[in-house]
Amino acid sequence: MSALLEVADLTTHFMTRAGVVRAVEGVSFEVAAGEVVGLVGESGSGKSVTGLSILGLVDPPGRIVAGSIKLAGQELVGLDGESLRRLRGRRVAMVFQDPMSMLNPVLTIATQMRLAIEAHESVSKEAARTRSIEALAAVRIPDAAQRLDAYPHQFSGGMRQRVAIAIALLHRPALIVCDEPTTALDVSIQAQILTEMRGLVRDLGTALIWISHDLATVSSLASRILVMYAGRIIEEGPTAAVLRNPRHPYSRGLLESLPFRVEPGRDLQQIPGSTPSLLRLPDGCAFRPRCGQATELCHKMPLLERHERRAFRCHHPLPAEVGR
Amino acid sequence: MSALVEVREVSKLFAPRLSLGEKIAARLGSVIETRTVHALDRVSLTINPGEAVGLVGESGCGKSTLGRVIAGILSPTSGQVRIAGEPVMSGGRRPVKRTTRVQMVFQDPFASLDPRMRVGHTLAEGPIAHGLVSRTGAGAYVAEWLEAVGLDPDFANRFPHQFSGGQRQRIAIARALAMKPDVLVCDEPVASLDVSIQAQIINLFLKLRRELGLTMLFISHDLGVVRHVSDRIAIMYLGRIVEIGDARRTYANPLHPYTQALLDSVPKLVLADDEIVSFKAIHGELPSALSPPSGCHFHQRCPHAVDLCRSEVPQLREIEGGHRAACHLAPVVDHSSAHAR
Amino acid sequence: MDHPLAGIWGEFRENRVAVAALAIVLVIALVALLAPLIAPQNPYDLAKLVLMDARRPPGYVGSGGYVHILGTDAQGRDLYSAILYGLRISIQIGVLAGMAALVVGAVLGTCAAYFGGRIEAFIMRIVDLQLSFPAILLALMLAALLGKGMAQLVAALVAAQYAYFARTAHGAASVERSKDYVEAALSTPLPAYVVVFRHILPNCLPPLIVVATVQIANSISLEATLSFLGLGLPPTEPSLGMLIANGFQYMLSGRYWISIYPGIALIVLIVAINLVGDQVRDQFNPRLKR
Repeated sequence: MSALLEVADLTTHFMTRAGVVRAVEGVSFEVAAGEVVGLVGESGSGKSVTGLSILGLVDPPGRIVAGSIKLAGQELVGLDGESLRRLRGRRVAMVFQDPMSMLNPVLTIATQMRLAIEAHESVSKEAARTRSIEALAAVRIPDAAQRLDAYPHQFSGGMRQRVAIAIALLHRPALIVCDEPTTALDVSIQAQILTEMRGLVRDLGTALIWISHDLATVSSLASRILVMYAGRIIEEGPTAAVLRNPRHPYSRGLLESLPFRVEPGRDLQQIPGSTPSLLRLPDGCAFRPRCGQATELCHKMPLLERHERRAFRCHHPLPAEVGR
Repeated sequence: MSALVEVREVSKLFAPRLSLGEKIAARLGSVIETRTVHALDRVSLTINPGEAVGLVGESGCGKSTLGRVIAGILSPTSGQVRIAGEPVMSGGRRPVKRTTRVQMVFQDPFASLDPRMRVGHTLAEGPIAHGLVSRTGAGAYVAEWLEAVGLDPDFANRFPHQFSGGQRQRIAIARALAMKPDVLVCDEPVASLDVSIQAQIINLFLKLRRELGLTMLFISHDLGVVRHVSDRIAIMYLGRIVEIGDARRTYANPLHPYTQALLDSVPKLVLADDEIVSFKAIHGELPSALSPPSGCHFHQRCPHAVDLCRSEVPQLREIEGGHRAACHLAPVVDHSSAHAR
Repeated sequence: MDHPLAGIWGEFRENRVAVAALAIVLVIALVALLAPLIAPQNPYDLAKLVLMDARRPPGYVGSGGYVHILGTDAQGRDLYSAILYGLRISIQIGVLAGMAALVVGAVLGTCAAYFGGRIEAFIMRIVDLQLSFPAILLALMLAALLGKGMAQLVAALVAAQYAYFARTAHGAASVERSKDYVEAALSTPLPAYVVVFRHILPNCLPPLIVVATVQIANSISLEATLSFLGLGLPPTEPSLGMLIANGFQYMLSGRYWISIYPGIALIVLIVAINLVGDQVRDQFNPRLKR
């Protein structure tokens, strides 16, 4: 059975005045139906642009220069605007970090949800309203029937994000891409949203791509995790296995720099230097200047090696764990 | 040993000023609802010399406001802050900061440096104005501080936009330290940085504390980061400190239901394939700071609330050895094992 | 040069219309500044004027022995020289009034934003009041009150125009006031005047520069209007406005050149400045969004 989403050699570049920004370079991965995949990386890793590329939301000066994105067998790269619009919302949807980038501040939620429904089907106003109330109730918005007629600014940040998720779910898309949806929210609200998402994924069988820089949140949702650095995937595998036994020095560096790994008050493990500018990437492995184990060999870009369910892009991968 | 920083019953209210039209309407008799935000409600806190106190809480809890009041950026509506016995703000209708003993490091390294000023000038401005260094000696002084935060002294001639986020934050720290403060207030200093850079800056804070014997107030929403750098931790909720105590002990044995719930709601890294993902969301929404609940601010969301919680404001009281909580029912359930990490 | 404003020229260069406009402005400015050296005749020297040469068409060879390429005016002035000197005055006044209004308006607006409260309300109400008057009306009244002369004219123009700068500065300063770097400077603590003039004001410059380019063009056109109406400069210092006014009566009798050529010169100058200003404004907008 082929996967729901097949991304092959996706390459997205931004042609800016300062030069070509290689935001995503040769990214390949698959998402099965109902699976939750985590896409992890820091700023400049290309994780957000990957998500935007899947939705066809990359604006000039950026564009997908190579590769293919197949959703249930249908090729998305090169599709014209109208076909993409028909797919967006119905087969694949997106939730952003800032819900206000999706919600119109001058329209009521009722109007926005009705417009979202009518974009893909023709329904009566009453039917649209009923569906909207159900959608809001599904994301646990209290008094859904009354809140429906409110404006976005009358909701708190967490509630707005739930509304955004409800809108994303209106047409029961097979795949939802979530780009840092809880980063701007308080810890307790984040916990609520995560709980909701877990329930929804389980009940509706929606596949999720969860993009985040926070390993803990990703690990609480995703069964598989992809780590990106400077536009490429550098590690991939089942979540617990990758977090327990990272094979790439960057993944390990990320994990070890988390506060709880070290006694309070003692220095944290740190990765020296900073993420490279996507305008001037070092030759060979992009992590080379910061890597403690770099050798001459690392001047050549390592290939993504796959072993069973794990993959890593490194000439000197860290040892695999024994047994288990 | 007397406290270095004394916060005494500080309250801060934000009331937007009435426009001319509203003032006229009020004179004519119509009732104008005043939208007062109770950002801080009679907060008291002491910080001892050389100590690092962590301040945690969620949005609207007042931790940033408290930090700004202590740093002298905001003046309290009532109450007072003293550093080494001297009041931070002057009196009068337009209070002005009267001391250089406390300095602040801000959250956003992209906004806290003047984009049109060279870094060296930004660093030297305060010290020259307060006589800490002469104009001729400023160059060497600035170079010293840049090195102390791990930056090349030649960077003094550059502009902020030429640096990365982590580097700008180092510059901001250098600027605060160049004033030779006794106390450093850090408001979410690593929140805007990439994870791998956060570790570098946290290590920098630890190093500077060791070398300079700094007293610090470390404000953050990230419980892990706060625990790592603090000796003591204070948890705030809707303008009040609800719990305060030794960092390790508070995390291992939280006494206030909000602290317990907060610690429970943080997702942990899943390291075993079959591990049950354990986090529990706090029920309900944060109440509005415009009309906070009566009695204990947390009673509407608290699983243990009783009638007393609705009617009477609990005071911070000592439960055991320096560990204080503002709860009528503390000590309640024992949550020791869950947070021992 | 890595100063934040250094990239401006690079972007500016890409708009060819704006570059052409800037070239025109610079050429006019250069020529106008060198007027005493280039012009065949000094139009201020009343002694040199020969009435015989009055109202002659372009191409006429006058008593001075040279060709009047643009003809002569009603007093026998060589129009070409008069226009050069007129442009000189226009540019001088435009820049002087524009810069002075910038300084006055920027200081007022920034202080209003910084101090807030009653000071802000007071200053901004006056500014708002003034903005509701057409600038020309204000300039007219003031010029009439103050009388003729360079200083009086500049004063009238500044009084009529500082409000635009004040409002823009107030808006920009209000935004900057709440930014962290201002709070950081205040919490050092640094005195208010340092924070206002060394930190806030320099960061408000981009929108003020945009307003300045527009207002310089406005000053020039206001001055021309005032001179046209007989106010502003004395008749011994013929500005473009006055030349146009003097030649008006001859328009219908066929001696068009006395009004038209000064008019064209004025239009070219103002349009060129406006084009430069448009480009500057567009350039600063995406920057502000960043």
